[in-house]
Amino acid sequence: MQEKYDYIIIGGGVVGCMIARWLSRYEGKVLLIEKEADVGMGCSSANTAIVHAGYDPLPGSLKARMNVKGNAMWDTLAGELNFAFERRGDYVVAIGDDELPLVHKLMDQGKKNGVPGMMMIDGAEMRAREKNINPETSGALWASTGGICDPFQVTVAAGENAVMNGAKVLLNTAFQDFIMEGKRIIGVRTNRGDFLCRWVINSAGIYSDDVMHKAGVRPEFIIKPRKGEYYIFDRADVSIDNVLFPVPSAKGKGILVTTTLHENTIAGPNGTIIEDKEDTSSTKEGLEEVAAGALKLVPSLNLRHSIANFAGLRPMGNGPCKTPGVVYNNDYIIEIPEEVQGLVNLGGIESPGLTSAPAIAEEVVDMLRDAGEKFVEKKDWDPIRPGRPRFRNMSHKDRQLLVEMDPRFGQVICRCENITEGEIIAEIRAPIPARTYDAIKRRTWLGTGRCQGGFDMTRVVTILSRELGISPLEVTKRGTGSEYLFRQTKQVEG
Amino acid sequence: MAEEVNFICTACPQGCALTVLMENGEVLGVTGNSCKKGLDYANAETSDPRRMVATTVKIRNGFHPLLPVYTERPVPKPMIPQVLAEIRKVELEAPVVMKTVVLENVLGTGINVLASRSMPAKK
Amino acid sequence: MLAKQIYDVVIVGSGPGGVAAAIEAKKAGADDVLIIERDTELGGILLQCIHNGFGLELLKEDLPGPGYAQHFIEEMLSLHVEVLLNTMVMDITPQRHLFLSSKEHGYVEIEARSIVLAMGCRERTRAQIRIPGYRPNGIYTAGTAQRWVNVEGYMPGKEVVILGSGDIGMIMARRLTFEGAHVERVLEIQSYLSGLSRNLVQCLQDYDIPLQLNHTIKRILGKNRVEAIEAVQVDEKWNFVPGTEEIIPCDTLLLSVGLIPENELSRKAGVKLDPITSGPYVDETFQTNVPGIFAAGNVVHVYDLVDWVSEAGFSAGKSAAKYAIALRNAEARYTPLVAGKNVRYVVPHKLDKSTLEAEDVRLQMRVTRPIEQPVWVEVHDGENLITRKAERYVRPGEMVTVVLKTKNYADVAKASKLTIDINPR
Ligand SMILES: Cc1cc2nc3c(=O)[nH]c(=O)nc-3n(C[C@H](O)[C@H](O)[C@H](O)COP(=O)(O)OP(=O)(O)OC[C@H]3O[C@@H](n4cnc5c(N)ncnc54)[C@H](O)[C@@H]3O)c2cc1C
Ligand SMILES: Cc1cc2nc3c(=O)[nH]c(=O)nc-3n(C[C@H](O)[C@H](O)[C@H](O)COP(=O)(O)OP(=O)(O)OC[C@H]3O[C@@H](n4cnc5c(N)ncnc54)[C@H](O)[C@@H]3O)c2cc1C
Ligand code: SF4
Repeated sequence: MQEKYDYIIIGGGVVGCMIARWLSRYEGKVLLIEKEADVGMGCSSANTAIVHAGYDPLPGSLKARMNVKGNAMWDTLAGELNFAFERRGDYVVAIGDDELPLVHKLMDQGKKNGVPGMMMIDGAEMRAREKNINPETSGALWASTGGICDPFQVTVAAGENAVMNGAKVLLNTAFQDFIMEGKRIIGVRTNRGDFLCRWVINSAGIYSDDVMHKAGVRPEFIIKPRKGEYYIFDRADVSIDNVLFPVPSAKGKGILVTTTLHENTIAGPNGTIIEDKEDTSSTKEGLEEVAAGALKLVPSLNLRHSIANFAGLRPMGNGPCKTPGVVYNNDYIIEIPEEVQGLVNLGGIESPGLTSAPAIAEEVVDMLRDAGEKFVEKKDWDPIRPGRPRFRNMSHKDRQLLVEMDPRFGQVICRCENITEGEIIAEIRAPIPARTYDAIKRRTWLGTGRCQGGFDMTRVVTILSRELGISPLEVTKRGTGSEYLFRQTKQVEG
Repeated sequence: MAEEVNFICTACPQGCALTVLMENGEVLGVTGNSCKKGLDYANAETSDPRRMVATTVKIRNGFHPLLPVYTERPVPKPMIPQVLAEIRKVELEAPVVMKTVVLENVLGTGINVLASRSMPAKK
Repeated sequence: MLAKQIYDVVIVGSGPGGVAAAIEAKKAGADDVLIIERDTELGGILLQCIHNGFGLELLKEDLPGPGYAQHFIEEMLSLHVEVLLNTMVMDITPQRHLFLSSKEHGYVEIEARSIVLAMGCRERTRAQIRIPGYRPNGIYTAGTAQRWVNVEGYMPGKEVVILGSGDIGMIMARRLTFEGAHVERVLEIQSYLSGLSRNLVQCLQDYDIPLQLNHTIKRILGKNRVEAIEAVQVDEKWNFVPGTEEIIPCDTLLLSVGLIPENELSRKAGVKLDPITSGPYVDETFQTNVPGIFAAGNVVHVYDLVDWVSEAGFSAGKSAAKYAIALRNAEARYTPLVAGKNVRYVVPHKLDKSTLEAEDVRLQMRVTRPIEQPVWVEVHDGENLITRKAERYVRPGEMVTVVLKTKNYADVAKASKLTIDINPR
């Protein structure tokens, strides 16, 4: 018997997980399929982690509406899902007098978009607020509703809350095609078999064009990956406490310098349009561009204190804006298309997609309701996803109590970030289990410090093998094909 | 015809660059060494080069799955692959005490293979 | 449980530096010496350095790393140093309080009269040398590979390229070859070898493993697992020389690009670091800028000979013991004066015993409540009464005094503290 669902969500990025969370509130069976070994392995874990205020998108666009609405939802969301989020505000900094008019323009745009809490500050004030800023600064836009978060935590917390409320998440499960009955979608075909359903939600990120094309929807819509590369700095050596944007250019919001919730400063991203949707490699040229951009804002930044680089791909679409009179060809697509029945179609959810994710989820529910879905709230719906202890952030007293309760929290595995065995095991046993090194890394921030896993790697491989009941030879970094070890030392061939 | 051979002395971490003057396989003179050991090394290296071999063997029921071992004296360099193959055949049972002979007179060289450390049994 | 709450000398890390410090601290007269190690065994990095070449200076013997470590560990254990394994030191305060975390002992705070930092060093990683490309699996520091191959018993690669001509990399080239892997080559960006030349001979040349100087890696290929690297020649300024690129297929890249002293803990303790060595500033006794905190071994600067690490450890251990003993003696000079039954406070708070040898000392106090009947003001050491004085009544408004006489000196000298009680007669 094939399993039958009410809603199948394709793609476990922040958008897919947020939709799963919204749908799991109501009666009906929800399945989320994700092709990778974990949720959030696409652009939801490789981005700048900023909850944008909303002055950036073009007034009238769907992007602008989702951004501003989404931004306002974050405090409640963070409270319910127990992830770290700080409304620190952000700055768009003009360097030299020429850039100042552009900042004023952003302010106007923000007002049109309905962004609250913005103010212009002068150069002296900017220098006082951020001592590392380029002294040539002539002024800045201060947007007090800007925030920072850990985007992966957000993704996994939303997914977990969905699972707690009855949704099912299948990892390593790739959508291949739709199962159709005439014009009606009745299920999906995957590498792990067929699943029937009444509705499919396409939130496949950078592959959402391929998915919609399989249903015959918007053949002209294509997604171009636009690569953004980053530097991460050692928090012991570099500390920029603010979110600093340069003035935007034709290429986008530009290369910013910002702090993260883990207190590491990051710089990036650039924006290079590429062809290969899998190419998340960093390049020498790209990193040089990022370095130059970052130094423009913070001339004292020392690249020698960088501890890692990474790259993410923006799913840049060519969807036209539907608002009459607004000419814009990179807008979000959020629709129930007419060509087929049973599809909620998303596309081009690039930045500020993270910020917008809760608003997009609500929009999807609203559209489905308009399409005749009768949403009945589950009696036992629980919006709260409980947090798990983070040893590193605890006081000495709390650590003592925690270790008394469960001694495994006393065994420190990652020496730089102070992640304990207890935390690792908790993640392996979580509602969406962490089954790879990277899954643990993204959930706990283990191995992200200055030794970049050099110390913990061998130990985590041992724990994963023990807890999952597999051989160390089968433990992977990020799924099949990324195993750590080849054979036992003494089993020499020949 | 005398010829010059250059190599690095490995008898100690100093690593002096030696120049050895040779004729018909005989060492005529050595320069570049900083001590007497260097002379001996030059003679040995040109006639019978030898190396210490350190590797591991399997150990059952040990605190670790492998026990590090080493040859008590340097073995002839050309024999290293065979020596390794011989050592690979050894499988021990914990506990083992440091410097226990784990393989006697390897390949008739007169050299024993010793345990580099003690290995307690698994707890 | 731990034997003590306060130790003379606490040593963080049980590599050769820490073990040597423990030995010498004991020999120099420290009583309670504790060595703390986060790993499952004593010995530090040497346990995975199974190659020979250790001990030529100090022991006049060519030992493998584990053997060298064991030699000194046995000596240390015979001196009754207390050992904590599987225990991480999480935090050290400038006042020398340490916070420890372990499964077995829980999360505990202890105090030390002196501390020797011997946390060793860690390896530089990929980002510190900034190689662009993917972030696939199969890129390990040489030391991580060393632990897998030599200790845990697993091979992390079959076709290997090594970046950096550090000693650990060259040594691993030989080790991997011994265990049936193929080491394609070693690339070094500098124009000279960064490790010892004897390792070039014994580890690379003996096994025909090519070393390319003035070469580095331009790019890493492979998304899930390393599939190849692109090597390139560089000029004196480390710019890539166009046209010299070469794709080398491999499944593993080992990094041997240097070591950095491990000083997270030192920073927390307020220890000042030298930006050049990345280790603490120390004086000739290996004391840091924080009084009573010493440092030895690779935590100070990176050594190339373990024998010298041990030497540094001996020296730091001795100095730490000296510091602890002086502190203990100073502590012993004083006796705290404690407000006991019905007493709110006593002045002075502590008593220098040597003063009492020469002159009488008057203690002043106030009571917690009026007692309208005859009382004794009693000074005792917890068990024995030392002196007492009668009063007809006591009231909070009126200061009470009692005098310790020189003849009480002998009793006071033995006391660890003096308590003053006021009891009805
Ligand atoms: C460089 C960069 C910086 C950014 N900075 C910010 C920022 O600061 N603030 C902000 O708000 N936004 C930012 N964004 C945008 C934000 O990251 C994205 O909009 C958001 O993560 C999109 O989420 P998603 O779930 O749609 O996509 P994804 O996270 O990519 O999720 C799509 C998922 O679908 C899966 N999938 C694909 N095909 C299939 C298939 N056939 N079967 C099953 N699963 C499939 C993928 O594996 C993936 O997990 C940034 C983006 C980038 C690239
Ligand atoms: C991978 C590697 C290979 C090396 N190979 C060689 C070699 O072949 N030959 C050579 O001469 N030198 C080698 N070295 C250098 C070697 O580290 C030193 O020669 C020597 O081991 C240094 O001794 P140490 O006592 O300073 O530090 P280590 O031997 O590194 O010992 C430090 C100890 O402190 C412990 N520790 C650290 N922080 C804490 C904490 N917070 N709480 C509790 N315990 C802690 C560690 O677990 C470790 O056991 C190597 C170094 C590395 C990193
Ligand atoms: S010649 Fe002497 S000093 Fe020089 S490397 Fe050889 S043994 Fe060492």
